[in-house]
Amino acid sequence: MKRVWLLVILGLVFSSFSLAWAADKVRIGVCLPMTGPVAAYGQMEWAGIQVAKEMFPTVLGKEVELVLVDSKGDKVEGANAVERLIKLEKVCAIIGEAISSVTMSGGAIAEQYGVPMISPTATNPLVTQGKKYLFRVCFIDPFQGQIAAKYAYETLKARKAALVVDVQQDYCVGLANFFEENFKKLGGEIVAKVMYRTGDQDFTAQVTAVKAKEPDIIYIPGYYSEIALFTKQARELGVKSIIFSADGSYAPELIQIGGKAVEGIYFTNFYDQKAVATDIGKKFVEAYRKKFNKDTDSFAALAAEAYFVLVHAIEKAGEANPAKIRDALENIKSFTGLMGEFGFDENHNAIRPVVIQTVKDGQFAYLDIVKP
Amino acid sequence: MGFVDLLQQLANGVSLGSLYALVAIGYTMVYGIIRLINFAHGDVMMVGCYLAYFGVLMFHMPWQISWIVAIGLTSLLGVSIYVGAYRPLRRAPRISALITAIGVSFLLESLGLVIFGGRPKAFPRPPILDIGLNLKGVYIMSFTIWIPVIAGVLLLCLVFLVYKTKVGMAMRAVATDMETTSLMGVNIDRVIAITFAVGSALAAAGGIMWAIRFPQINPYMGIMPGLKAFIAAVFGGIGNIFGAMLGGFLLGMIEILVVAFMPHIAGYRDAIAFAILIAVLLFKPTGLLGEPLREKV
Repeated sequence: MKRVWLLVILGLVFSSFSLAWAADKVRIGVCLPMTGPVAAYGQMEWAGIQVAKEMFPTVLGKEVELVLVDSKGDKVEGANAVERLIKLEKVCAIIGEAISSVTMSGGAIAEQYGVPMISPTATNPLVTQGKKYLFRVCFIDPFQGQIAAKYAYETLKARKAALVVDVQQDYCVGLANFFEENFKKLGGEIVAKVMYRTGDQDFTAQVTAVKAKEPDIIYIPGYYSEIALFTKQARELGVKSIIFSADGSYAPELIQIGGKAVEGIYFTNFYDQKAVATDIGKKFVEAYRKKFNKDTDSFAALAAEAYFVLVHAIEKAGEANPAKIRDALENIKSFTGLMGEFGFDENHNAIRPVVIQTVKDGQFAYLDIVKP
Repeated sequence: MGFVDLLQQLANGVSLGSLYALVAIGYTMVYGIIRLINFAHGDVMMVGCYLAYFGVLMFHMPWQISWIVAIGLTSLLGVSIYVGAYRPLRRAPRISALITAIGVSFLLESLGLVIFGGRPKAFPRPPILDIGLNLKGVYIMSFTIWIPVIAGVLLLCLVFLVYKTKVGMAMRAVATDMETTSLMGVNIDRVIAITFAVGSALAAAGGIMWAIRFPQINPYMGIMPGLKAFIAAVFGGIGNIFGAMLGGFLLGMIEILVVAFMPHIAGYRDAIAFAILIAVLLFKPTGLLGEPLREKV
């Protein structure tokens, strides 16, 4: 019995220590896919958040402490990760997740406990729709799909499109639908629609089915690994159509895995370093270069914006209280990000321009910017 | 669907099926001899791929040498897995060894994650395997021809090893009755270690071919091929080498044809392929070439 009491007392002492220690810092949770099929997004975003934190290391006169947990890009793991951040790590707000389906599963937990969660790059409209505590600093897919369809129809002069959709991802299904809707409205025709799943490696059957319909353009709004493998196999099987994708294709792995096959692929994106226009943007690019010795990418940039806007909101709230931070976030109508001002609409979505990029000579290249 | 498209789909099916067959051979061989479903087979395959990758990119070996070194090191890994994890359990119930195999599988994946990192890497494709051929509208890559050839050659080597050599005879003896074989003065440990070495070498060879076809490697890449190879082996009759080959080909063909004829539900092709397999196993529980309750290699 004595031993039990000793343990209880020790436990109390330790927990009071850790509480006292935690009180000196503002703890912000970060939930990202550091491993798994979309690990590149998580690692790029984490890099961006680290640089952003170095630029603004304190809030309310206290040091910011980042607590990173790995969601593995998986819906169940993501929900567990958010639960852990809130219940065990007692964070006051969360930055994450990178992809829509996981942000939805994790977001449900954040919503339940009343802790604000800002996703840098989850673009499916359902992520924030009707949610009190969920925000995002990226645009949403109805807008991205509309711009993609318009660019495909008007600039690339495509009339027949094929859709290649990852049925496991809310992001891909949603975006494909918005593209289809807008492309048809403009007068285009959808000649084929084939499906796959995250983690698939063989696309030869899908490619052959699409090729038979001779589309001008193949729209594959998926994630980089599958896009790289699909494009490679499409070119190997003699497909000449333009391949058009979305923000999910932006990862160095697309070019490393896809090689020559991904040359000339088009995609819509959030950010390009060439479009950086503000002081904070220039400082971020410089700090990022200093730390990692390379150019910024869209995932790092959006994650940094999520951090900046969150720190701003905590400052406005006056204390690290989840409910007050949420109210402060909701009232931000204009915030200076890296490429210019953006604000949250009534559904907590950021209103911001779409960038169109391509792959040229083994590099991502900037083509155009479309304002909302 | 036009005739050319159908031919293209059949070519796709052969190409994918031969890959499954190649991985399934090693799977089935280990099972045939020691009755262990080696769930770590796919992860051993993953390690083989990374070794070949590092051989080319970090040590600048020519790809042929790097592959051979990788296959050799992987078979050493297979032996050490046997010595470390399975040998202590040889007399334990079979279920313990099965659980250990799952444990080894997770261990390899997690080690891979720590050592190699979670982001996928691009596997270099040797130029000879990277030639595109256009046969009157049917496009195939040169590796599509090489993979079945390599699978066939490895199959012949394996059959020779098992049926024509002394070690092979010992393997067959172990498969039939371990204790009696031991009484006859055969070093069982050595025979099983050799089995693991050969099985892991086949895994590495299969993995490298996999990475040639899908040039993207990551620490979790072994899970799906391992599962598919297992299914292919069961489909063909587990323990039977020819069965694994046949099962692999059929599985690949079924998957491709599911997508070819039903593109709308292509996202569920694994589910459909597996459902067909379950249906086959309902009518023939021992698999296509499996014989009921006969010990074999």
